[in-house]
Amino acid sequence: MNQRPGSAGPRAAAKFPGGGPEPLVFDAPAEPEPGGDVLIRADGITKHFPVYGSGLIRRKVALVQAVDGVSLSIRRGQTLGLVGETGCGKSTLARCIAGLIPVTAGKVYFEGHDITNLPRRTMQPYRREIQMIFQDPYGSLNPRRRVGSIIGDPFAVHNTATGNERKKAVQDLMARVGLNPEHYNRFPAEFSGGQRQRIGVARALALRPKLIICDEPVSALDVSIQAQVLNLLADLQADFGLSYLFIAHDLEVVRHVSESVTVMYLGRIAEQGPSDQVYGHSRHPYTAALLSAAPAADPDAAAQRQRIILTGDVPSPINPPAGCRFHPRCPKAQNHCTTNEPPLETKAGDPPSHRTACHYPVQQGETLARSGRREPR
Amino acid sequence: MSITEVQFQATAVEDAPAEAIEGRSQWALTWRRLRSDKVAIASIIIILAICAFALCAPLIAAITGHAEYQAFPNSGTDSFGQPVGPGVHGFPIGTDQIGRDLLVRIAYGAQISLFVGLVTTVVAAIFGVSIGLIAGYFGGWVDTVLARIIDAVLAFPFIVLALALAAVLSPSLGIVIGVITFFSWAGISRIVRGQTLSLKEKEYIESARSLGAGPWRIMFIDILPNLLGPVLVLATLYIPTAVSFEATLSFLGIGIPPPAPSWGNILAEAQDHYQTAWWYVVFPAAVLLITTLAFNLLGDGVRDAIDPRTERIFAGGRTAARKRNKKNKRSSPKAGTSTGEG
Repeated sequence: MNQRPGSAGPRAAAKFPGGGPEPLVFDAPAEPEPGGDVLIRADGITKHFPVYGSGLIRRKVALVQAVDGVSLSIRRGQTLGLVGETGCGKSTLARCIAGLIPVTAGKVYFEGHDITNLPRRTMQPYRREIQMIFQDPYGSLNPRRRVGSIIGDPFAVHNTATGNERKKAVQDLMARVGLNPEHYNRFPAEFSGGQRQRIGVARALALRPKLIICDEPVSALDVSIQAQVLNLLADLQADFGLSYLFIAHDLEVVRHVSESVTVMYLGRIAEQGPSDQVYGHSRHPYTAALLSAAPAADPDAAAQRQRIILTGDVPSPINPPAGCRFHPRCPKAQNHCTTNEPPLETKAGDPPSHRTACHYPVQQGETLARSGRREPR
Repeated sequence: MSITEVQFQATAVEDAPAEAIEGRSQWALTWRRLRSDKVAIASIIIILAICAFALCAPLIAAITGHAEYQAFPNSGTDSFGQPVGPGVHGFPIGTDQIGRDLLVRIAYGAQISLFVGLVTTVVAAIFGVSIGLIAGYFGGWVDTVLARIIDAVLAFPFIVLALALAAVLSPSLGIVIGVITFFSWAGISRIVRGQTLSLKEKEYIESARSLGAGPWRIMFIDILPNLLGPVLVLATLYIPTAVSFEATLSFLGIGIPPPAPSWGNILAEAQDHYQTAWWYVVFPAAVLLITTLAFNLLGDGVRDAIDPRTERIFAGGRTAARKRNKKNKRSSPKAGTSTGEG
């Protein structure tokens, strides 16, 4: 494969801080995939951004630990939801997996091939398989280029279709995502938010990828438009057998679209597992708090349920709390949590695919709401 | 909501405005705004007239019967050997000190002055945009090196370099173009670099990268179209700067070598005769002034047309903005600069 010996460097350095010879295993073919139909697997992804001081000699003064040892895998034709608060590293993780930014440590395997930190040209065949849809339908389309040339960009970059063939392909795509192909020569500014997001979908779809990373694709849209775009995505998934990594902070949206869910907090995974498990039997106090904060459609149900109010803000990823990163805000935190980092493991009574990083997982029927902090009607 | 329902709705919404709204490009909108700007239109007319004047130089020479280098010692100078005034002996705006027709010389000088202005601006724009794009997009040490070079060029005393070059090399058109270009690209580079720094963080650049587009494709296909507005404004404002730069160099005797006429060296020759022959100074100075003014006003108009937001800042509206622009004529390249960065 295209694996370079050098690409193992950061991970080896992170795993073996003592130095010494790199184990040769990194040059061996990627280990066989469990289950076989895993499309993409991220293994211990870590991304640290250095913060430089001002002045003549720019010293590295801090490290933003945006993503810290996150592992996940997506099966063919399935959707993995990734949820978490703003700034918890969701988008950074997505960009690491898409190969847009180099990872500090960890590995990304696409269909068993190591695609970690590949140089641009070697990455090119994988780019066709992994596409992205971005959050901001206004920012993600070049305002000075016509829609036809924006959607035709993937063909131009990969040299797959030219001239009339490309135009035809683009117009087919436009029709497929519910745009009028006649609008080929318009500028993005002439479209509404929902239409623009359809343009983004068409562009991502152009090369018939296997995985589309949706970075909050509906967060910037009206609720009614959200439903349209989500249905379009579901429709395309059924037609083309796409896999999605679906990032959102709206829990209901994620529940609606994903088979499995990963909850992130401050660069780490708090809980991951099948959607019904994570939503129905949340084990991590953070997941429970997130779910209790999501608005419910039924006002009676909303009035009855207990709301867990988290105190404080998300700590800075520059200096994350020791031990469990959630402990300063956790209603169940004990002394143990402040020093020992909880491993991501299956808790007693859960199916093996449901894993939680918590020393004191939430038990069935346990109430976490603090007294006198009920949701006001 | 079922999928068919959704698609039906989407099509319905998108079909409706298809006839009503006609797609207009950014440039079409800019042209519409520019067209409604009387000062800009007047400037365009003046610039076109001066270009026509320059192109018609051989025609003017034929009509007057006076060639570019042809001196008329008998009819072109009076009995004291001084230039003759406008209208005397068939010289429409008089002659110079050796009896050459001033109108013909100014017309041929316009060719050189405008040629120098356009060529240096185009070359400086191409060079400056490339350097600025590379510095801004690649960042890191590339940016550090290029940004320091830009700063060094901007800090360089250009007259000193021009004098030094003239001392070493004999003045020629090539050197004039070289010197002016050398001192013009850096300003464009700095603006382009700043714009690129902000543009490259846009999500659509990231989306281009996620498609697999390489750095050159991103720079010239994704970023460059977004830079054309500020660069166009800057270029319009650099043309008059280059024209007066050429005049300055020629005036100092290190520009276009005589006997080839340029507005600068006509003025330089005129400085010995301005007390007796006012026309010798006034006419070349006037065309230089009018040309510079027209280009500057056009540049301001283009800037307002490309970025209509700048207009709203001047609450007084067009007239107030115009007056300010006129008053700050000399500093208008700077004004263009700040808009470009904004």
